Amino acid sequence: MSEQKIKNMTMNFGPQHPAAHGVLRLVLEMDGEVIERADAHIGLLHRGTEKLIEYKTYIQATPYFDRLDYVAPMNQEHAYCLAIEKLMGVEVPKRAQYIRVLYAEIGRILNHILNMTAFALDVGAMTPLLWGFEEREKLMEFYERACGARLHANYFRPGGVAVDLPAGLLEDIDAWADQFDIFLNDFDRVLTGNRIFKQRTVDIGTVTAEEALDWGFTGPNIRASGLAWDLRKSQPYDSYEDFDFDIPVGKNGDCYDRFLVRFEEMWQSLKIIKQAVKNMPDGPVIVQNNKVAPPSRAQMKRSMEALIHHFKLFTEGFHVPAGECYAAVEAPKGEFGVYLVSDGSNRPYRCKIRAPGFPHLQGIDFMSKGHMLADVVANIGSLDIVFGEIDR
Amino acid sequence: MSELLSDNSAALKDLKDLVVSQLANEILETEIRYGELTVIAKRDDILKVLTFLRDDTGCLFKQLIDVCGADYPERAERFDVVYHMLSLKHNLRIRVKVRTDEESPVPSCVSLFSAADWFERETWDMYGIFFAGHPDPRRLLTDYGFEGHPLRKDFPLTGYVEVRYDDEQKRVVYEPVKLVQDFRNFDFESPWEGIQNVLPGDEKAEGKA
Repeated sequence: MSEQKIKNMTMNFGPQHPAAHGVLRLVLEMDGEVIERADAHIGLLHRGTEKLIEYKTYIQATPYFDRLDYVAPMNQEHAYCLAIEKLMGVEVPKRAQYIRVLYAEIGRILNHILNMTAFALDVGAMTPLLWGFEEREKLMEFYERACGARLHANYFRPGGVAVDLPAGLLEDIDAWADQFDIFLNDFDRVLTGNRIFKQRTVDIGTVTAEEALDWGFTGPNIRASGLAWDLRKSQPYDSYEDFDFDIPVGKNGDCYDRFLVRFEEMWQSLKIIKQAVKNMPDGPVIVQNNKVAPPSRAQMKRSMEALIHHFKLFTEGFHVPAGECYAAVEAPKGEFGVYLVSDGSNRPYRCKIRAPGFPHLQGIDFMSKGHMLADVVANIGSLDIVFGEIDR
Repeated sequence: MSELLSDNSAALKDLKDLVVSQLANEILETEIRYGELTVIAKRDDILKVLTFLRDDTGCLFKQLIDVCGADYPERAERFDVVYHMLSLKHNLRIRVKVRTDEESPVPSCVSLFSAADWFERETWDMYGIFFAGHPDPRRLLTDYGFEGHPLRKDFPLTGYVEVRYDDEQKRVVYEPVKLVQDFRNFDFESPWEGIQNVLPGDEKAEGKA
């Protein structure tokens, strides 16, 4: 038989692929069915959020953060509000902090349900997705009852939260939290020990601790590689130091470990939600300073000054002292940071959004090398990629 | 939050002293504000600074969290390249900045941190800051064949071209932006808060006291 020359094949994956989790375009260089290089082409969902924010007042810019990681909107707002509060030196009331923690954890569960069930779907398990969306629906109802919107919340504001929780909501969240373990246990039974699922995920896309650091991984992805790092514990913001919860850590850093870490995080989030509901303090939900936060509706009906404050706040907005700061939160996907530069005016001079998915997706190249084509799908699913935040 | 800021302020000061003593020739300025340490480094020495921060036992900033640009058109060297680093060991953050202009390249730190690859590509894409020695200096977020650097302050918010699907040519066509309404950019500088009410003769009173 004569010698034949074999050329590597280049394959296009996405951007309209159901397992691409959005608009990911991967150009795969393949040797047979083995990946040699995965070149991600991103930016198909680039909307210029950072540029737009530079042209909006600080309050007007908040809703842009809902549209970044649209799976857990409030966690993004959280980082932005923390950055503004840091620059302005605003002290957030305790009740507002607890509400933020409560909703940040609801957001974490929202995110993990979507990611893990979609991941299961990618590797062949259809059912969990259908179960998960029922639970997500209930959680988004809690979003809706607090702020009027299921997804684009705009609920966290600089200085606190927009409005207080309506009567009865905390009791309903508590009732939901008591039955959520049914879903988690079902989910656990159908996937964790499942032979097919394990065959698709164990030892796939292994990331060592050194690699995770080098590639800028954060959140569940770095914890799955064995590093116990969680900003809620190590650099607590708002009132996370009041809460009792554990940081799950993985061992092997493969797809299966990332799955397990996220799974355990849902249990821990549930624990935090229960504590937040139980210990919810009374008091104002936004800082009582009308230069930062709007006066109440009732005040505006009687006080001329309150009316002026309200008008000024929603036309001109507040001025943030010149300076720069970086505020980060432990978003469900990892460290979500906002680098805010203020020039003393009512608009951010520069607002860099550090999305956790950005470096994670960058790692797809080294993770996929030497794996089969089908494992790329498992890798993408386990990294928790959402394009709203990567492309910004 | 204020407790937290005071908590690591001693550690930050130590870190600042360490950086100043070890890198005296490589850095220009240091500042601690809002509980964050900022170091402005010389452009050509940035790799040395980053290597020191990564490997020194007192620093161990093993993680490059972010690299981004910032544009200050009124300055001679108009761009800042901002590196955010995180030390898991010491639970500290540091911000390193270098200044550059449109022409001068910044040494690429992909050899030190693999994560820098896309961050630098994004910075190049958005600001046109060139990174010397980058292994793959393509654009990242903007369209294939895009011209200009959108996050520069002199780039208009609306951009220059828009796309639409042309039914006759059966493809997407690029056209210059047509705005139905002029772009409105309101000046919200308050005439009440900006002005200091200085009366003639006030300076004498201050001079006496």
